[in-house]
Amino acid sequence: MDQGQSHRIRRRLLALGHFIGLLLAMSLICLPGLWVVLNSFRPTVEIMAKPPVWIPSELNLDNYRAMFGGIGEGGVPVLTYFWNSLVISLTSTVIALLVGMAGGYAFARYRIPGKSAVFVGLMVTRAVPGVALSLPLFILYGRLGIIDTHFGMILVYVALNVPFTIWLIDGFFRQVPKELAEAAEIDGCTRWQAFWKVEFPVARAGIASAGIFAFLTSWNEYALASQLTRSLNSKTMPVGLMDFTSQFTLNWGGMCALAVLMIIPALVLTFLVQKHLIAGLTFGGVKG
Amino acid sequence: MADVVLRDVVKNYGALPVVHAINLDIAHGEFVVLVGPSGCGKSTTLRMIAGLEAISGGTVRIGDRVVNDLPPRDRNISMVFQNYALYPHMSVRENLGFSLHIAKRPKAEIDKAVAEAAEILSLTPLLDRKPGQLSGGQRQRVAMGRAIVRHPDVFLFDEPLSNLDAKLRTQMRVEIKRLHQKVGTTIIYVTHDQIEAITLADRIVIMRDGHIVQIGTPLEVFERPVNAFVATFIGSPPMNLLPATVAGGALRLADGSTIPMPPGLSVRDGQAVHFGVRADNIMPEGHSMPPTAHMAHVEMPVTLTEPLGTETLLFATLAGTEVQAKMLNPRPVRTGEVLRFGIALDKCHLFDATTGASLRV
Repeated sequence: MDQGQSHRIRRRLLALGHFIGLLLAMSLICLPGLWVVLNSFRPTVEIMAKPPVWIPSELNLDNYRAMFGGIGEGGVPVLTYFWNSLVISLTSTVIALLVGMAGGYAFARYRIPGKSAVFVGLMVTRAVPGVALSLPLFILYGRLGIIDTHFGMILVYVALNVPFTIWLIDGFFRQVPKELAEAAEIDGCTRWQAFWKVEFPVARAGIASAGIFAFLTSWNEYALASQLTRSLNSKTMPVGLMDFTSQFTLNWGGMCALAVLMIIPALVLTFLVQKHLIAGLTFGGVKG
Repeated sequence: MADVVLRDVVKNYGALPVVHAINLDIAHGEFVVLVGPSGCGKSTTLRMIAGLEAISGGTVRIGDRVVNDLPPRDRNISMVFQNYALYPHMSVRENLGFSLHIAKRPKAEIDKAVAEAAEILSLTPLLDRKPGQLSGGQRQRVAMGRAIVRHPDVFLFDEPLSNLDAKLRTQMRVEIKRLHQKVGTTIIYVTHDQIEAITLADRIVIMRDGHIVQIGTPLEVFERPVNAFVATFIGSPPMNLLPATVAGGALRLADGSTIPMPPGLSVRDGQAVHFGVRADNIMPEGHSMPPTAHMAHVEMPVTLTEPLGTETLLFATLAGTEVQAKMLNPRPVRTGEVLRFGIALDKCHLFDATTGASLRV
């Protein structure tokens, strides 16, 4: 009786310790994000205060108001940046997914001579740091005349994402038994119908997670975008953040406000497909 | 419903032939089982009939159409796969109705067909579940339901029971046989399990290394195997084979002892043979051996016993080879006990030692 009770208490204490530990770890991870959100709502004086002010004395929307305001009042073309980011990220994600599905399916299902060599070759392109590509890309794009265009940015991000989507989607199609498509074909489907009605829906979770990864890569990418974009034509949100720096000052409040706007769509998207994302990640984990 | 005819059907994987010009006539409504060890080409043959594998040579005819170049969807067949291949994202109802849905049949017709199939296979309470929520046996029944919904000309079964536990397998075997009695459709069934083959088939097709070795009713292949491979493959326990030489109208075993020549065989003196006898035809005296005209008697020490309830399997040594014998109405037997066994010679077989071919005329 007594023993059971002490056992129970110990188990509760352990659970509590677990909870506190996780809370501490999570706060460490979340702190920078929280700090950005907090800073977007308070004046520069408080942001720059030393020692740091943890509990804000005043919260307001001044930074947001200024950001959406006119050119003279510290305004930046947020909506244009947002639109550029959205168009470039979404388009490149859709293309990367389509190519990834075609490629991943082919790698998973067909016997192609030199398959593993091609596959490794694709993966190796991911090993090249993005920044190392910026100069060659800049020269190439300059000659082609596609600097500062949506098309140019979409091309870069598709190239960046395709190896990854192929790899991930290949893994998912490998997990779909090929008898499913065969059963569908016997049930009256064409090869194409068998793919869209059976194999695609079964691998959907994996394809969704590949899509999220591709979208976030494009949405957050800064290094290449800062080289290859020039003006309102194609500047994306991460590049837009630099509008808040000038020769002698740095408008931290404004930058944080734009950063918050940037985080929101990514956050919403991640929440929406969270379940798939976890399934996708663990899926990839067990893939041999 | 239709008959199925295979003429000189060949399958090569690159330069590697896996099915060698096989010929097979399957009558309308017949239940034919393809059986053989793994890698014998039985599944490949089935998949060629289904249209899932290209045919390298010869023709496959279903009904009055040569189907060599028809895609699976135009062959009017159904197939049950070893891993069931149920669509995991669809409910049982959707799985059953999928083929009709693809064929764009009216909804009322689909509902009726699905309800009928579900009734036959007692799946009605499970119609709204997903395959992931079903047990192995239930999944198996859904796979069968999906096959019968479209009233195909031919059912193809590819080792459908090998993922089930022993008890369920026996149960589903009966259900498949009952299904065949009910719908009467031609069935081609692939298995590596000879018991499944014997219990289910109207006719058994035994394959080995891409060739058909023997075609016959279960009783025919059991009683008159064409060679030593069939003799040891069909029947449990496998037929005992003892090396022997034909010497002056008798068989001389490896240790020099002789047993009389079984009747009805064509042999020549000095020929090296294998003497084949099933455990059912070699029994200790006094234990229900049915009396026959041709009996031989041997004495053997028992090395191991395997009691099976109504009978006991005795492992004994004859001329240096281990043989299995059956003891009906068993009594306890000590290891090492020497028993006198009777061999029913008219039920025995001789196979040529080099070719393995049966020497029965």
